[in-house]
Amino acid sequence: MDLDDIFTASVFASAIRLATPYIFAALGETFAQRSGVLNLGVDGIMLMGAFGGFYAVHLAQTAGVMAEPLALLLGVLVALVVGGLMGLAMAFVSVTLQAKQGISGIGVYLFGLGLSELLFQQWVGTPKSVAGFPRISFPILTDIPILGEIFFHHNLLVYVAFALVPLSAFVLNRTTFGLMIRAVGQNPEAADAMGVSVTRVRYATTIIGGMLAGLAGASLSIALINLFQQNLTAGQGFIAVALVYFGGWRPLAVAAGAMLFSFVNALQLQIKVIGADIPSEFAVMAPYVITIVALVFATKRQEQPTALTKPYERGE
Amino acid sequence: MKKALLLTLIVALFAGVMPTMAQDVFRVAAVAPSATNDLAFSQSMYDALVAIQMQMGEDNFQFDFQDGTFIVDDAAVALREWAASGDYDLVIAHGSQFGSVVEELAGEFPEVSFAWGTDFNTFGMDNVSAYNAAADQGGFINGAMAGMMTRSGVIGVVGPIEVGDAKLYVDGFVAGVGAVSEATVNVVYIQSFSDVPLATEAAETHIANGADVLTGTAQMVVGPIAVAIENGARWFGTQASQAELAQGAGVAFQIYKWDVVLAEIIANIQAGDLGGQSYELTLENGGLVIEIAG
Amino acid sequence: MNQAVGTSLAARLNRLVDFAPVLVALLLALLVSSVLLVALNADPLAAFGFMLEGAVGTENATAETLVKATPILFVGIGITIAFRGGMINIGGEGQMIAGALAGTTIALALGDARVPAEMAKAPGAFDLVIVASALGGGFLAGALYGGLAGFLKAYFGVNEILSTIMLNQIAVQMMNFLLNGLLLDPAVAGFNNIPKTARLVTAAQLPRLALPLGDPWVFARTRLHWGLVIAIALAVVIYIFLWRTSLGYRIRAVGENERAASYAGIHVKRQMMLAMFLAGGFAGLAGVVQVLGLQYRLQTDGSPAGFTAAAGFNGIVAALFGGLNPIGAIPASAFFGGLLVGAQKMQREIGVPASLITAVNGLIVVFVVSSEIFILQRSKRRVSLQETPLAPARASAKRADSPDPADEPTAEEAG
Repeated sequence: MDLDDIFTASVFASAIRLATPYIFAALGETFAQRSGVLNLGVDGIMLMGAFGGFYAVHLAQTAGVMAEPLALLLGVLVALVVGGLMGLAMAFVSVTLQAKQGISGIGVYLFGLGLSELLFQQWVGTPKSVAGFPRISFPILTDIPILGEIFFHHNLLVYVAFALVPLSAFVLNRTTFGLMIRAVGQNPEAADAMGVSVTRVRYATTIIGGMLAGLAGASLSIALINLFQQNLTAGQGFIAVALVYFGGWRPLAVAAGAMLFSFVNALQLQIKVIGADIPSEFAVMAPYVITIVALVFATKRQEQPTALTKPYERGE
Repeated sequence: MKKALLLTLIVALFAGVMPTMAQDVFRVAAVAPSATNDLAFSQSMYDALVAIQMQMGEDNFQFDFQDGTFIVDDAAVALREWAASGDYDLVIAHGSQFGSVVEELAGEFPEVSFAWGTDFNTFGMDNVSAYNAAADQGGFINGAMAGMMTRSGVIGVVGPIEVGDAKLYVDGFVAGVGAVSEATVNVVYIQSFSDVPLATEAAETHIANGADVLTGTAQMVVGPIAVAIENGARWFGTQASQAELAQGAGVAFQIYKWDVVLAEIIANIQAGDLGGQSYELTLENGGLVIEIAG
Repeated sequence: MNQAVGTSLAARLNRLVDFAPVLVALLLALLVSSVLLVALNADPLAAFGFMLEGAVGTENATAETLVKATPILFVGIGITIAFRGGMINIGGEGQMIAGALAGTTIALALGDARVPAEMAKAPGAFDLVIVASALGGGFLAGALYGGLAGFLKAYFGVNEILSTIMLNQIAVQMMNFLLNGLLLDPAVAGFNNIPKTARLVTAAQLPRLALPLGDPWVFARTRLHWGLVIAIALAVVIYIFLWRTSLGYRIRAVGENERAASYAGIHVKRQMMLAMFLAGGFAGLAGVVQVLGLQYRLQTDGSPAGFTAAAGFNGIVAALFGGLNPIGAIPASAFFGGLLVGAQKMQREIGVPASLITAVNGLIVVFVVSSEIFILQRSKRRVSLQETPLAPARASAKRADSPDPADEPTAEEAG
């Protein structure tokens, strides 16, 4: 077995696919955390978004009332709305009611986990597939050897996820809204004194986080896997939260973390497929180990937003 | 005279209140780790109980089913309650992980009949039946078909953990392929029965490495099935029929007909024999059936 | 004198009223779940009736509730220490597994060494050396696993949320590997249906627990075991540790204000590691007690929850419901144990999918944790009205600058 068999173009393509839901969810969580809200319920929101998106597409396609692209667009919209609503609930609970964020997030997770499965059982029953976002074949580009396979043969949501990375960085670092988010997360008293509504900003970021988590779920159920099953995400939302810490609350680094994690995962699958004689357990474990190790050896460490997990109450 | 009247009254009352408790209704209760419609292991038992109910009639056979008890303790509570209630002629623990619970309960409730699987172990108790599936048999047939069908000469397998009927099936499948062709069989165990995203990407990796035929076992195979459909690969399944989901890709499915084993266990219990044997589904006894997709 | 009695009664009443928002939250959760139940064509009253019956309706139900509560309590005690020390430990699942692996290995090895084969299944032959070693080993393994996250945080700045989430997955794969290899039950080595160890000899098992309150003894035919007693005793010990020893004080000081603690000469990094070490140790105990007291062998279906029953997560919830006080964690764990066990009964009786129960549990968590603000506001109002010594020390709890991550009122310090 030589390295050419391991580091194939398909492994890189696979890593890009695997990273897509993590990027959506982790970028959303980055916004929330930057403003001071830790949302541990990402996985539950992803599940609800995955189910919502899947069910909308499933209904539209069985009824046959709309064109294929429209059905998929509807699925994306439903996932965004469902995710946004759950983000809104999380914001209400943790910003307005000032509930402990770690615990309320776990509540949101359990709620999404249970409700998505319940609705699936009641409305769909057994796993059914939908025609999800197709892979795009670009003229010329897709046919480029190696690069074409790695970069130019994915579905639309994959490109959306990666496009969101620089966009998020821009919003956070270069816009007034981004400045407000950072101010609110770093020093809410000062932000408040300057006339920034801490509450409104935190609501906004938590809802954005929810919408992106919903989209992360939909990227699984209507683009990458094209079906729904109970606990479809298998804990990916928690990994996404971890990746926010990995990336030190910077979108580019968060996405890099998602790529590293996914690349090791793709690599371990490839190594097993071509028949390397290592125990499966260690192969499956590898992405988790390497993520920690990478962080240990990364030199530059970011301070976490000072007000993270701390509800804000105006002084009298 | 008065006593007799009272007695009649009581009998009448009971007859009125509990019409379903009539003497010859056979009552079964079962736990299974996943959903009853998982297209896999848990569904195979649910389908079997429904089949038996069809055969024996609803007046003669009733069952309670608790699914989703992948947490062993949750299953343990249900099993204990059913055993202690004395209402059930047979209590089924459908999952290898429930062995310790069955062993303990069977000792504590010697008058209750238990069945569990997949395993051979009856713990030396005469109120425990164990059941197993010779999944390697159907695996061999699926493998032989796959070996003849592949054009690329590469076949991909997505397995959960390398134990039990999953390992049996995969080993049988690999042997089946080897019996008829020189095709390469790539096997990946993803260390989970339920992680659909990882199973999906494992199937994609198989395709990327040239596989044009896929198979797999456990409830996470819904992901690989979708991959097979999308890439025009062929799919072989096991445990329950996945024909509907695998439309266009499905070739053959090994189906577990637990009703064959259950019918035997039930007949024995009705004859006063509470257990002590282990049973196996085979192609020969009709417990394993190969369904060819339409 | 009379007046003192009156005041303390008033204070007690006040504290009772404190629970009102929690009750309202529970009622709200019930209401929403009723809507869901009605949507499923199920009778909510019957459903909740079965839930209650399943939790405490019979001797066995009560026992199962306590059995379910036991690992949650162990984890909850540990989480209390971690959160008090400012560490968010999401790694209970992995630490439970680490503890169970070590404890089971010790129990199996010592069982083989100390108990002749023909005595392996003999009843009543409890061996303190085996059990104590296994519990100690389980504690230590969990502690080292949790301590690793503390170490990475203290010296490499690796956030503990990240490391503990990752370490959970690593622990599961280690368990899969060991149970399907080194620790695999030799009796099933040729053909094993599920990765599992051999069964513990009787001497290595934690005895079942029964109370001499009748004949037969109460809980005699249930799965209740001594793990519960150990957990409750340790809750008291940790309460004393946190509030009556200087080491406990230092842990809390770091949790409340890292910088201030550092100025006060406290070795912050050491306290961080210690908090995670102890938290992991208690999760490890939860894991080993599940094996020694309940399952008598360690097995895995490949998922963490298959073994832990998600106690590593539920323990977080219980710890926070318990007001981050180990004593408070006792009723909180019992409550969650009852909820989980009762929910299963509800599913059995009226065929409502178990997933509904998961969702309802989530609602209860969200609602109850959201209700705390009302308790807090009440106690603030109370403080501003009467500055008496009896007004609980909640006065000190200002939401905005209370310590990360737990940011909870420190009411219990008043007691």
